Amino acid sequence: MTAPVQSTAPGEIGSARKRSEDARLITGRTQWTDNIQLPGMCHVAFLRSPYAHARITRVDVEAAKGQPGVIAVFSGQDFADEQGSLPCAWPVTEDIIIPAHPALAVSEVRHVGEAVACVVARDRYAAADALESIDVDYEPLEPVLDMEEALREGSPVVHSEHGTNRSYQWVFENGDLDAAFRDAPVVLERRYVQQRLIPAAMEPRAVVCEPFGDEFRLWSATQIPHVLRVMLAMVTGIAEHQIRVIAPDVGGGFGSKLQVYAEEVLCLLLARRLGRPVKWTESRSEGTMATHHGRDQIQRLTLAAERDGRIRGLKVDLLADMGAYLMLVTPGIPLLGAFMFNGIYKMDAYSFTCTGVFTTKTPTDAYRGAGRPEATYAIERLMDELAAEVGLDPIEVRRRNWIRHEEFPYDTIAGLTYDSGNYEAATERAQILFEYDRLRAEQADRRDRGDPVQLGIGVSTFTEMCGLAPSRVLGSLSYGAGGWEHASVRMLPTGKVEVVTGSSAHGQGHETAWAQIAADALGVPFEDIRVLHGDTQVAPKGMDTYGSRSLAVGGIALHNACLKVVDKARTVAAHLLEAAEQDIEFEGGRFSVRGVRDQAKTMQEVALAVFAAHDLPDGVEPSLDSDATFDPDDFSFPHGTHLCAAEVDTETGFVRLRSYVAVDDVGKVVNPLIVEGQVHGGLAQGIAQALYEEAVYDEAGNLTTTTLADYLVPSAADLPAFTTDRTESPATTNPLGVKGVGEAGTIASTPAVVNAIVDALRPHGVHDVPMPCTPERVWLAITQGAGGGLGSTSGGNP
Amino acid sequence: MIPAQFGYVRPESVDEAVASLAEAGEDAKVLAGGQSLLPLMRLRLAYPEALIDLDRVAELRGVRDDGDALFIGAMTTHHDVVRDPLVHAHAPLLAQATATVADPAVRHRGTFGGSLVHADPAGDLPAVTLALDAVFVARSPRGIREIPAADFFVDLLTSALEPDELLTGVRVPKLGEGWGCHYEKFHRTAQAWAIVGVACAVRRSNGTVAEARIALTNMASRPVRAHAVETAVAGGPVSLDAFRSAAGAAAEGTDPPADLHGSAEYRRHLARVLTARALATAAGAP
Amino acid sequence: MPRVKVEVDGVTYEDDVEPRLLLIHYLRDRLGKVGTPIGCDTTNCGACTVLLDGMSVKSCSVLAVQADGHQVVTVEGLGIGGELHPMQRAFHQEHALQCGFCTPGMIMASIDLLRDNADPTDEEVREGLEGNLCRCTGYQNIVRAVRAAAEEMRQAPEREAAS
Repeated sequence: MTAPVQSTAPGEIGSARKRSEDARLITGRTQWTDNIQLPGMCHVAFLRSPYAHARITRVDVEAAKGQPGVIAVFSGQDFADEQGSLPCAWPVTEDIIIPAHPALAVSEVRHVGEAVACVVARDRYAAADALESIDVDYEPLEPVLDMEEALREGSPVVHSEHGTNRSYQWVFENGDLDAAFRDAPVVLERRYVQQRLIPAAMEPRAVVCEPFGDEFRLWSATQIPHVLRVMLAMVTGIAEHQIRVIAPDVGGGFGSKLQVYAEEVLCLLLARRLGRPVKWTESRSEGTMATHHGRDQIQRLTLAAERDGRIRGLKVDLLADMGAYLMLVTPGIPLLGAFMFNGIYKMDAYSFTCTGVFTTKTPTDAYRGAGRPEATYAIERLMDELAAEVGLDPIEVRRRNWIRHEEFPYDTIAGLTYDSGNYEAATERAQILFEYDRLRAEQADRRDRGDPVQLGIGVSTFTEMCGLAPSRVLGSLSYGAGGWEHASVRMLPTGKVEVVTGSSAHGQGHETAWAQIAADALGVPFEDIRVLHGDTQVAPKGMDTYGSRSLAVGGIALHNACLKVVDKARTVAAHLLEAAEQDIEFEGGRFSVRGVRDQAKTMQEVALAVFAAHDLPDGVEPSLDSDATFDPDDFSFPHGTHLCAAEVDTETGFVRLRSYVAVDDVGKVVNPLIVEGQVHGGLAQGIAQALYEEAVYDEAGNLTTTTLADYLVPSAADLPAFTTDRTESPATTNPLGVKGVGEAGTIASTPAVVNAIVDALRPHGVHDVPMPCTPERVWLAITQGAGGGLGSTSGGNP
Repeated sequence: MIPAQFGYVRPESVDEAVASLAEAGEDAKVLAGGQSLLPLMRLRLAYPEALIDLDRVAELRGVRDDGDALFIGAMTTHHDVVRDPLVHAHAPLLAQATATVADPAVRHRGTFGGSLVHADPAGDLPAVTLALDAVFVARSPRGIREIPAADFFVDLLTSALEPDELLTGVRVPKLGEGWGCHYEKFHRTAQAWAIVGVACAVRRSNGTVAEARIALTNMASRPVRAHAVETAVAGGPVSLDAFRSAAGAAAEGTDPPADLHGSAEYRRHLARVLTARALATAAGAP
Repeated sequence: MPRVKVEVDGVTYEDDVEPRLLLIHYLRDRLGKVGTPIGCDTTNCGACTVLLDGMSVKSCSVLAVQADGHQVVTVEGLGIGGELHPMQRAFHQEHALQCGFCTPGMIMASIDLLRDNADPTDEEVREGLEGNLCRCTGYQNIVRAVRAAAEEMRQAPEREAAS
């Protein structure tokens, strides 16, 4: 069933609760990692490589040791025996090359910004000063900057001990490709580049580590306190139960804090070596080089279709830039796209090949969407190209190919089973809100008049797989861990509730949404519920927050834990009410005997009775507390239709977004306010990839976009107002019917924007503009009348 | 990021400031609003040995009527320039361009004189002073020196000031009756520096262009006057077509940089397009 | 070391400071005013925005010595008697924050914006906040919140007059 959302159901789930976490965030009573001050705490600063690739021949730290306020100075050599190698938890193939990755470089540096030495000082000023007294001799080696060059015979090699820049090649094939491409009436061949992006969460990273008895307390601006704890133990050899990781308030992540970073390992080792607390806080310019980047793929795509626009098959050949090292999930990121290049469309054959390539740049890893934005971009751009090629409206060509709502569940050519969706409904709604026909008429009028400002309409009908993830699927992809999530519920004697979740929010609003879920399940007031997270001592079990998984996995774990509480309470209530358990009804927080509504015990009364434990049935333990671990059977598949209207100044190349409509289907919604906010923010990031953001390296391998003056994160003045709406096709793979929403906006919007720009310029002979579509690139595309693609061929094999 | 150590002097008068600057020597820097200097120091791209902080030198702030010109004190903030009634009345081009500098918080601190002495060719105000034939007034122990805008901007981040000279203010000639102005700024995001900017003032008379003044931002290592366009439009009609044709010469004599946001060729193209647009807006062309 | 006397959120502090000490580090590291965070090195992000003598400034690009003799208000100093400032309330009501890291600066910049223009349009709000970056919200609800606060703040004096 799918319908435009009318009203919300009674109860907490579905209501637009204002967020509980706001109270501290709007008053400044927050705990960012950098806020933490501990007695005797010292400050750490890192000296970083100015070379993209060089051998370290000497590091002299003696002069720095004598600087005022300096407590200690170390080079990589000083930690060579204990720092291990930063982990890669996703060896995607058996023969993948995973190079050693020392936290502090010892003999060679492989990207600008790699840490080579560190200073520990009394304050951050003294630490910054002393860095300038460290003397490092480098013997420059050749940088490796271009993926295609890197794979050529004779290219300099990033990790010479491995003899190649190819880390791995991963292949997927399904269907008869030869048949699909043989005599195909339409064959489109395109090359798209996913530029390198800097995630740029507003909070720079920070780490504090305090030795406390035989335990190390480590605060980090991380998305993954639980994974980080396990990994720190494995990397350093410090026992897992002696490490407590705390993610206090965390100011955004977008994947960039889904990582085990050198600075986290080193702060732990420094605290151990010095026996005192240490703090490191990243500066923005440092972070642009030391925090992982996102995207950076070259996509070579070949699509076969009929003249009527129906797709026969798709071949995808990717080069994915790993950067200098494989970090936590670096090699797996492009593979998350492997199952998404087919989008919402039916086809008979599909192949996907991905080659991971080393370059002397900052490592890449998860960035909002992680693999799916790249795939969605490719297929949604191709659908527009196909529409142009066969002379159909872009929506019509999609309609001819997409899975119809009555065909769900649907087994896709990429091997997934989409459980639910209604692409027709979302598209229809979006077209109405967008005033699609009126804008098409205006577009035609502007074309007729030769208006220097042309109007383009961009379409993106997307789906994505989220809710990472079923553990068995992750296992089949050689991922190093499972994808379950944990929650526990503690019923306090006064009837208040503590919910403990293994998800680790950093802006998503779990404290509110989780309380809504628990309030409905337990029948206690929203205000009586407190959500605890982000501390391995408080929430000992968890898989953390990324991949739009929190609600669809962690939220279900919580729901299940609440049901267990209710079951336990029912037993006690039956005893107290002197009735048979099967005669007890539970509604609105009250246990009552069927047919005798006035005889009842509230959840709070039961909780108190259990606390007192004076009168419990035989064999019942005096606790309602429950926990649950949920491992989904499948992913969830949100989808939607996004429409973008762009005005393109053909004289200057400047693009102004005039309107943007996003109709998303994220299944059942716990909090529509939070869902809308997630969509807005996702749109901004996806639009930013299309128009503004790019990490740029010069020929020597220096990052030239190291400040927010050069790396253009858009402000309010650069973005349009968004019109958002929803349709609702509940997920069938979890009891709440929910899907993820954290990445949807980012995944959908990038192709919508670029499609709009290209659509505006088709009369100029333009069929592509490389991202980001800067004014200059748009202008070049107009003056050169082409774009970045390889051109199309019709009527035969490429 | 954290600035390196420096000595700090906070004079309270121009005399004191000039003396402090002379005493501090070549490696000292004058601190005005600090909105360009402090970020450079934080990134450790600038290491002044001493800062002469002008914050307390009240006589350097404010705009006063100086007969046929306005005298704008070097320490007048962008915020104050934008709201000053004299500036609005007699140098509206300056008010317009200043309103596009950075963002409100930066305009509260950043100063007119500071951004001119910084001599960033991507800054918006140098071209405006060039278009308006402003005169820079500097003080040193040797006395007062007046420097025409055409001579003040020497090169990238280099002004004509000697190390011991302090900019006290700028004399901006008033525009009389019949002038229209426009600052056309082209940038990728609201906060970003101009890829190209065009500062333009046009005097109309009897339906024709009597006189035009045009200066370009970020088309060379210093602001550039588009003399060829000025000559071409003078005496001609107030029409977009005429302006387009004249603006074909806008890139003459420029030497635009190539960077992340645009190649030299693209900048030359933009200079032509934007100059025509700036002329049209300034002149009120239909 | 120069001595500074600065009023911060209604309390006057006197301290000896290095000339190079940034106002933001003085607030955070010396005074424990950690409600205002640091997001960049170059005045671009605006996370550290505070009011200096009532006007918004980026405290990462002001020296503590430059604040000598002046008054600073941070997000921690807003609201009277435990009441939230209308802008804080509006940010909560309109869901104008997610991770909340830009929020202190965004709120202070928004208050400054209304001081200048009590009834801004959407476009004026967007332009007025061009110096404050947010990575979570896409700004839509921030714009909504600023306009809602403007509405409330315009009506508040009337209500007081009527009572």
